[in-house]
Formats: sequence, structure tokens, C-alpha cells
Amino acid sequence: MTTYLDGNAAAGKLSEIFAVDITAAVTRCDGCGQTGVFAETRLYLDAPGMVARCPGCDHVLLRVVTTSSETYVDLRGLTYLRLPTP
Amino acid sequence: MERTAVRRRLSWQVATVADVRRETATARTIVLDVPEWPGHLAGQHLDVRLTADDGYRASRSYSIASAWSGGQIELTVEEVEDGEVSPYLVEVLKPGDPLELRGPVGGWFVWRPEQEGPVQLIGGGSGVVPLRAILRAHAEAASTTPVRLLYSVRRPTSVIYVDDLKELASSDHVDVRLVYTREAPDGEPRVGRIDAELIDQLAFTPADEPTTYVCGPTPFVEAVADLLVAAGHDPARVRTERFGPTGGPQ
Repeated sequence: MTTYLDGNAAAGKLSEIFAVDITAAVTRCDGCGQTGVFAETRLYLDAPGMVARCPGCDHVLLRVVTTSSETYVDLRGLTYLRLPTP
Repeated sequence: MERTAVRRRLSWQVATVADVRRETATARTIVLDVPEWPGHLAGQHLDVRLTADDGYRASRSYSIASAWSGGQIELTVEEVEDGEVSPYLVEVLKPGDPLELRGPVGGWFVWRPEQEGPVQLIGGGSGVVPLRAILRAHAEAASTTPVRLLYSVRRPTSVIYVDDLKELASSDHVDVRLVYTREAPDGEPRVGRIDAELIDQLAFTPADEPTTYVCGPTPFVEAVADLLVAAGHDPARVRTERFGPTGGPQ
């Protein structure tokens, strides 16, 4: 079985992309509709790049792939991210 | 939901090792001077990056072991066999050496002194590291919030922060219980993993409305979180942090 961590471990990488802390945001899975804190998602680091999956249905929520010159951020598995208004 | 502050973009910076302390046969605490450290909340972590002579880089995420009161920060690193980063941190790094890092990061698995309600901490192995930071922050703030730590270890020699935990446990507001899974010291009859009975006896009950922090290897965290939910705890009040040999993002 592939081991996974959780969304907490994505904080550093995501700080390269977003101006706010995404790990404390509430996410809604576009696959099953489950909402939860991003920190509690399942994080796979042994894929090419970083993949966060829904703990409810295993749907891919977010992918981040970094090449030598660019970073791809794929958010299609998220219906929304809910953050406090700064 | 937690406050999410807009913040400056994090950048890598070079810290200097001020001191190292052996905790167990496989774990070491590294004390760091970080010139541009903005402070951190108990439970946050940072990323460490190593660069080889040929330019190859590997980074890992480590929980911060200390509470912030100005000055230095501490990491405690458990050596992962065949790891890319931890053997260097545990066996090679010495006082005076530079260490590249960025942080603090993570706004979910954190405790703030102004937070309401009792605090239940449950750690497995080196999962105790961020929980120790929470206990230190609790002591620094002279908080009267009741805190209980359940700390699961294989045997007495696996305990990290032996003296520190004794000192922290001397507070009227802090209760520290060790759970031995392989071998217990004399006078401790129970050997075995944390189970429903132990949670029932030693942890805050759902009626106490605690915030619970569980940290350890993935199977440990999932087993404990399942036990808590089965005992009637609100999953929204159970915060988990898993770690594994893959470490943090590359």
C-alpha cells in the first residue's frame, strides 16, 4: 500500500503559490461533496509532484507539479476552498 | 475555522546550529539560531532543505519542538532508516553548521493559549514533538487550561524529552501518561497499544469538550482517531497530523 501523509505536510509547498495558509481552509470535494479542513486530506508525495486526495472518497482534490521552470496547480477536484476573509 | 492571516511570502533562509542534544538512540534535538524568524504557534512546522554537491536537493517537513519566546528554535528529528535527510540531521550535523529552512508553516494543527476548553494530546513515537511544543507554550503562557498527554512509546528507552516531560507534568494543570507497547518499566503492568478502555480511563470525555491533537505515524493516527470518534468525540474537534518516511514535499 502506498503510504500517505496529510495536508499539513503540504503547507510549505503551498506557501510558494498562495498568499494565505491553505492548510487551514475548508475544502469541498467535487467527487463526493464531503467538506473538511485541507490539513486532514490525504497527501501523496511519491507521485510525480504532490497529490491531495479526499479522505472520504479518494478523489483527487489538488495536484501540484513543479518543473525546472514552472509550477502546475490543478484544482479541478475541489468545488471550493473556504477561507476567512482577511 | 482558524484565522488565516495574509502573510509575507516565505523564503528559504540559513539558520545556524547552536547545539545538539541526543534524546534516544535514534532521535536528536537540534537547537537553531534563525536570524529572520517571525515567531511561530505551538504545533507549526518548518521545511528543511539539504543540497548535495551536485545540486541535488531534498526537503522534509519537521514539527517545531519548542514554544516561541524569542531567540532560538528547536527541532527533534527521528532517524528514518535509508532516509535522505534525517540521517544527516541526526548523525552528522554539528554546532556551527548552517541549515537551510523556511517557515513557520501550517495553521491547523496549532494550539493558541487563548483557545477555550481542555486540551487532549495523544502522540505516538516522535509524534510527541509538536505536542511538546504545545506543552511548552502552555507553560510559557502560565495557562490554567487542563492538558492531558497520552504518549505511546515502544519501551522506556524510546521516550523523548524524559526530563522535560517530568518538569512539565509537575504543573497542576498538566497530566502526562506514558503507554508502553512492547516493554514497560518495573511497576507498570500494562503493555499494549492505546485502546478504547485506555481512552475511556485516561482521556477527557466528549462532555468535557476537549480539542484533541493526535500526531504520529499514519496507522497510529488513524487507529486513535477512530477510537475517539467511536467514543463519541466530535470529529471536528480532533486534529490529526500524520508523518511517515516519505517526509515533506520535495
